Amino acid sequence: MSIAISATERRDILQRHAAAIRGSTRTRFFTIATVVFILGLFLYGLTTLETTLWRVLAGFGNLGSFVVLMLPPDPGSWAKALIFVQALFETIAIAFLGTVLAAILALPLGFIAARNVVANRIVHFLARRSLDTIRGVDALIWALIWINVVGLGPFAGMLAIMTADFGAFGKLYSEAIEAADRKAVEGVASVGGGKSHEIRFGLLPQVLPVIASQVLYFIESNTRSSTIIGIVGAGGIGLYLAETIRTLEWQQTSFLILLILVAVSAIDFLSSKLRFAIIGKRAV
Amino acid sequence: MTLAIDRHDPAITAHAESYRQAAASKRRQMLVGIAVFAICVWLSAVGAEVRLGTLIENIHRFPNYIWQTLPTLRLASLGSDLAEWYWGLARWLRLLWQTVLIAYVGTILGAAGAFLFCFAAAANLGRAPWLRFAVRRYLEFCRTVPEIVFALIFVIAFGLGPLPGVLAIAIHTMGALGKLFSEVVENIDLKPVDGITATGGSWWQVVRFAVMPQVLSNFASYALLRFEINVRGASIMGFVGAGGIGQDLIEAIRKFYYTDVSAIMLLIILAVMLIDLGTERLRHALLSLESRS
Repeated sequence: MSIAISATERRDILQRHAAAIRGSTRTRFFTIATVVFILGLFLYGLTTLETTLWRVLAGFGNLGSFVVLMLPPDPGSWAKALIFVQALFETIAIAFLGTVLAAILALPLGFIAARNVVANRIVHFLARRSLDTIRGVDALIWALIWINVVGLGPFAGMLAIMTADFGAFGKLYSEAIEAADRKAVEGVASVGGGKSHEIRFGLLPQVLPVIASQVLYFIESNTRSSTIIGIVGAGGIGLYLAETIRTLEWQQTSFLILLILVAVSAIDFLSSKLRFAIIGKRAV
Repeated sequence: MTLAIDRHDPAITAHAESYRQAAASKRRQMLVGIAVFAICVWLSAVGAEVRLGTLIENIHRFPNYIWQTLPTLRLASLGSDLAEWYWGLARWLRLLWQTVLIAYVGTILGAAGAFLFCFAAAANLGRAPWLRFAVRRYLEFCRTVPEIVFALIFVIAFGLGPLPGVLAIAIHTMGALGKLFSEVVENIDLKPVDGITATGGSWWQVVRFAVMPQVLSNFASYALLRFEINVRGASIMGFVGAGGIGQDLIEAIRKFYYTDVSAIMLLIILAVMLIDLGTERLRHALLSLESRS
């Protein structure tokens, strides 16, 4: 038995189920309009951003020759390699200390910005908006500001990472606290606990694992952002990275990039192990 | 009625003893953890050259700096004060628009690249393991190297201007979105894939008719989220000469044009907030579209 259908039957089926096969005209029009808009803005962007084909081709030609010059990665001398590794250590120190300090300092603010701890609408609004503003400013800009306060060097970078993360942590904490279960808090209140008891025994045990995993995740991502903070002179490996690129020492550049890649993947590995140990199987 | 417990019952003392031991070992573990943590903090404090004395001595400069960036606005001459504060508004708006365009073009290019690579990086579509391994390592490289490092290299290869910024953002976006996209693909329902395979469809037809309808709305949602992040990233691209408003910002900071700093920062924060709101709306619309179908 064959299941072939004739041409007329086929047309008939197409006609009867036109909506299912072709889609309605309205959705099709909508799809086409979206695609045209996206592509149009893309082409407009390309033309206004000084992208000519010649420039792109020439640039990729240059890039190819840089890549050839980068191989093999080579720090130049042992003394240089030692300096680079030291700078890498500085970078990791900036990320670690900045994140830890921000995590500790943001704790009280997280409680203030949580709606179920401080019910006052104005306080809540002010705390949230100020956290948003701090978060909206990039760590590089904070670094430039802190350089004016404590001078050039890794200390300014650490303070910059701390300030930028302070806003992010405050927001994350307050959300974790707002999502916490009320029952434990009510239980503490019902046996005569005060406000501070409620927070210590009702809220903290619930939010601490979430917070710990967030802190670990931030240490990971901050290792990446603290590699570039040296570009503006706030310590770490970024200073050497920018310097070797500007002086066209490509082999040293690729050595530095390799160092960063190794360090970041090592920290990724460590922190995923730690997160697993702290939170157990139900990793967030 | 009283609930009498014999304290000298051997069963109870055994339990109490084992509890005490468990508590002690937990406390020991905790102490070791705290000690390791303290050593890490101390080492990083040395590494980051923490100088508390300098900080305490100069901390007053921090609020001072922020205070100095604020413009003097008097109620009597509010209009002219505002005009003086935003004296370069036309130029800054043009640069801001350029920043948004850099983020947009970079996001589109990066999302297109991620789209091409994600199907090869997904574990459930039966591509060769060596190809999957290679693509995954490549995407990892793209997202681990910070975009501003790419921008530094591209500025030398392509010359100053927005083009290196676009390419740097595109590469970083490709790495970040490629990972997210491949995770979306790994979470799809495999029944449509089996169906298309059963009717004799090729790998490309499987991707087009079985995978894409399931993942497209999620892809769009992630791309929008990335666009938001890229606007922030594009605003500092100018620090290394790769276009956008960052150029004027770093000049204002370096040359201590205090009120310019606050004016430009306010513009950037406002633009980022507006884009956040807009993309959030769009993403909710996309998600509701998905749940309806």
